[in-house]
Amino acid sequence: MAQLFEFEKPIAELELKIAEIQKFSADKGIDLSQEVSTLEKKAALLKKEIYGNLEPWQKVQIARHSERPNFYDYAPLLFEDFIELKGDRLFADDRSIAGGIALFHGMPVTVIAQVKGKDTKENIKRNFGMPHPEGYRKAVRLMDQAEKFGRPILTFIDTPGAACDLGAEERGQGEAIARCLLATSGYHVPVISTVIGEGGSGGALALGVGNVLLMLENSFYSVIAPESCASILWKDTTKAKEAAAALKFTAQDLLRLGVADELVREPQGGAHNNLHQTAEELSQVISKYLVRLRLESPEALRDQRYQKLRAIGVFQETADINNMLDSDVSTES
Amino acid sequence: MFKDIFRKTKYVTIKSGQNLDRRPSEVVPQEEPGIVTKKELPDGLWVKCPKCGEVLFNKNLEENSRVCTTCEHHFRISATLRLKLLVDEDSFEEWDADLKTQDSLDFPGYDEKISEAQEKSGMAEGVLTGRAKIEGVPFVIAINEAGFMMGSMGSVVGEKITRAIERAIKLRLPVVIFSTSGGARMQEGILSLYQMAKTSAALGKLAENHLLYISVVTDPTFGGVTASYASLGDIMISEPNALIGFTGPRVIKQTMRQELPAGAQTAEFNQEHGSIDLIVARNQMRPVLARLLRYHQEGARYGTTV
Ligand SMILES: [Zn+2]
Repeated sequence: MAQLFEFEKPIAELELKIAEIQKFSADKGIDLSQEVSTLEKKAALLKKEIYGNLEPWQKVQIARHSERPNFYDYAPLLFEDFIELKGDRLFADDRSIAGGIALFHGMPVTVIAQVKGKDTKENIKRNFGMPHPEGYRKAVRLMDQAEKFGRPILTFIDTPGAACDLGAEERGQGEAIARCLLATSGYHVPVISTVIGEGGSGGALALGVGNVLLMLENSFYSVIAPESCASILWKDTTKAKEAAAALKFTAQDLLRLGVADELVREPQGGAHNNLHQTAEELSQVISKYLVRLRLESPEALRDQRYQKLRAIGVFQETADINNMLDSDVSTES
Repeated sequence: MFKDIFRKTKYVTIKSGQNLDRRPSEVVPQEEPGIVTKKELPDGLWVKCPKCGEVLFNKNLEENSRVCTTCEHHFRISATLRLKLLVDEDSFEEWDADLKTQDSLDFPGYDEKISEAQEKSGMAEGVLTGRAKIEGVPFVIAINEAGFMMGSMGSVVGEKITRAIERAIKLRLPVVIFSTSGGARMQEGILSLYQMAKTSAALGKLAENHLLYISVVTDPTFGGVTASYASLGDIMISEPNALIGFTGPRVIKQTMRQELPAGAQTAEFNQEHGSIDLIVARNQMRPVLARLLRYHQEGARYGTTV
């Protein structure tokens, strides 16, 4: 493992100790299997303890792990075929959003996915997974095709946020995202959105308004980056850890808040520890929902998507007044 | 006598006033898409125009719809003043005034923030919604309140706007939304973020029903509001010099280490880049909206019988 987090160090230390004992035992020809077994049990318990009780900030670190699988890692494992289609037909092809036609469990689907790079070079190419307006316009173009040809849409979210440079402003970043939200709300095909890493604000939301929202266990999805939140709240970006807890943005939080529908299990310590296992889990959960959604009529799908959004929000009200208003709303004015 | 003193100041300032920074000093565009900063409305007897430096009597400023009498700089105005300047007298019927904010995430300091904002703005939340008339033409209106946590959108704002749009569909009325907002409200986390999707989806329904939506984007509009209802107008209107964008200028400068050209993110910049149909001075807003609303009245639609 190339990147080790502070909270993982006790595990690494114990594993190192086990390796040392094993080496010593082999070198000297002494049987220490009893000791090794005890320590291995201890390590397993420690892992369960640490990975089973991750704090929000630790999940953020896992979700942003430099080796965390990105869409291109999952694609060959999730799909029997994937034909990438490029460009928004207006300005450019945005490489922080990939899109195309894929074969999922034998069924043609349209796929839209945000892609972060794995190293600096790739990250520069993909703008660190921060899409420009042309990325969102490509997404709408391809999703419109899915609607036209009656293909389900699968979206994958992994972005720190939408691009925030002058070019993005000039080309209408806000409009591009808004148009994505509007377009998705009108489709008659199943839309399944999955957060596979970082769900950064409006830039993530643009792909997050499906009939179903799935989240990988260690992913998060937030209105604002914890660092920026800390800087606003406490004028101190080092308090990102506290902000991460306050924002309630982990997959588990979103499930509780009724925004996410189901979490997808990750291998212990995070998806990067076992790509194949994660892809298998993803495939199963997405497939389960797709089978279910395909039984619904096109109108019902659209309506369900609207009602799902409609129900998000918490407030108090004196119910009677507004109910009365709605039933009394007269058409004359 | 006071007036004379101020007049004097005026000439001095005009001669030396080559500061073309279009941003009033009290305007603090939000730092992050989604976030909110404070701003004090100028109070007291007089106020200095942040654009031309002219010292103006508050009373004169009020009489001129809070537009500088010298340089036509548009000061920010409250939702209630906006309403008063715009709609036919006594035509406004407010909706959903009883929706109350709930600190659903138990977010540090949120309750206090809400109380402060209520006290400061005199409003229960960050948007005023209802129906009204302009020159006798009925329509549904929503106006963000900049004085309430910078017009940020949490559950209540999103819900009120969505309900207003849904009622417009029932009543077959056009919708006009005046936005001014720092974006989605941080303190309600993911729930705020999804108000963007909720309001946009409602506008989708409005569009399917062939009903007009005019978005009037006023100073400042950023973040999640720009990335949802504010950008989806059939007709996009702004006021002169209003700052409009997705990412706030400070964040662009900080994160991209990129200097913004003079005038970036103004209404004029947005119009030049194709995002805004019309820039309408405040005192022309009522007649312009009246014309547009009239041309979209039900009977005007080809193929409909009146
Ligand atoms: Zn002035």
